[in-house]
Amino acid sequence: MDWNVISRNLDFLCGGLFLTFQLAVISMVGGFLLGIILGMGRLSSRKWIFVPTTLYVNLFRSLPLILVIFWFYFLAPFLIGRSLGDFLSVIIAFVAFEAAYFAEIVRGGIQSISKGQMEAGYSVGLRYHQIMLHIVLPQALRNMVPPIVTQCVIIFQDTSLAYVIGLKEFLRRVSITDLREFRSVELYLFAAVVYLFLCSLGAALSSRLERRRSTGAPWFGGRSKGKTLLMAP
Amino acid sequence: MLNYNFDWSVLWRKPYGELLLNGIFTTIHLSLLAWGLALVVGVLVGVFRVLPNRLTRFVGFSYVQLFRNIPLLLQFFIWYFVLPLLLPRPAQIWLYRNVPDLPYLMSVVGLGLYTASRVAEQVRAGLASCPSGLYEAASATGLSTFHAYRYVILPYAVRIIIPPFTAEFLTCFKNSALAMTIGVMETTGASYQIDSLTYHGLETTTAASLVYISITLCVVLFMSWIEKRVWVHGMIGRRS
Repeated sequence: MDWNVISRNLDFLCGGLFLTFQLAVISMVGGFLLGIILGMGRLSSRKWIFVPTTLYVNLFRSLPLILVIFWFYFLAPFLIGRSLGDFLSVIIAFVAFEAAYFAEIVRGGIQSISKGQMEAGYSVGLRYHQIMLHIVLPQALRNMVPPIVTQCVIIFQDTSLAYVIGLKEFLRRVSITDLREFRSVELYLFAAVVYLFLCSLGAALSSRLERRRSTGAPWFGGRSKGKTLLMAP
Repeated sequence: MLNYNFDWSVLWRKPYGELLLNGIFTTIHLSLLAWGLALVVGVLVGVFRVLPNRLTRFVGFSYVQLFRNIPLLLQFFIWYFVLPLLLPRPAQIWLYRNVPDLPYLMSVVGLGLYTASRVAEQVRAGLASCPSGLYEAASATGLSTFHAYRYVILPYAVRIIIPPFTAEFLTCFKNSALAMTIGVMETTGASYQIDSLTYHGLETTTAASLVYISITLCVVLFMSWIEKRVWVHGMIGRRS
């Protein structure tokens, strides 16, 4: 065992971690924005909105992410005649893919709001987009927060797949370092600990928010009322 | 849309067709084997998490945290690159000599144990969603604990758990694509291989996508048929 290999290459590895964060944040924001539109489209009563959005969501949810990454990698040169570059093609793939998952979260969140809210909005003379913007979405977002945080943790892990087309994010840099130093055990275990630590933080945040949401307590500060975790029969 | 001549024959021409077909079969048996392992381990861990015993709950919790918070790709690397190095020398030699297809074996183990952590969460949620009145009613009619579980609670829990299990199996099936990174020639791996031999990536990726979509569709249709068959009157949760 030679753990010095980590400190020797720390700069190089941290650069990768930075790129991983960049990838993750852009995919989260982009995916979520596209996901809201798709999720609302899936609840539309207009067929020409409902059918394409449903097709989109089901299509992307039935493909492995790795294949979607290849898709955009191969498709870009075909459509625009030149390569988009690794970073951009991976970003597009991530946003397109994660949007399908966010769409399902958004749909679930909106469906969790009772229909009466909608009707009440109409009865005081608001338009559809006003009701959505001022009444339904703010409440729905509150219900959506825990699954969104969970999804963000998943996205953070998914960015490691950029490895396959050679983008030098964290995992790729770990394996490059391994090729140079022949220290698989130390390097891969170090990577595992880094991911484990960061993702556990996210998971803990998500379950905290979930507990708060189900008791109706404020998200930060204050005490939640009563026990909520169900035990087995 | 210039400079690209579609040549769909790469999908069935002599060496490539066989590669792709083998890939499809590999995807199917890899994900089924991993799913079997995931069911056994996942149900065990899921039950561990709800037993009235601190130790088992801690073990179950740690298992789920560990396997869910490390990217699957990295888990594959650890199983394939790191684990053999950690074994004592004779075991290493035995492993490399006697196991015919180490990448495949490690993919099954890696994918199976990862999926098990997700299955465990579903099992826990399914058990938690059984109303406790069910058990009380069963024991009030004089059933023993075993019989209460066998005839009342399990039939109910299994029906609740079918839809999330279907989703988890499909996730497992899609995740099997990651096995290509450690050299298993499953569908995605085969399509990538054909691309690097022929430069016809668009055709092979299309073919691979169609394979995934059609298998997913078959599984969904089959499972919704099963769900309808086992549905009992008065049970909530099934949206028509």
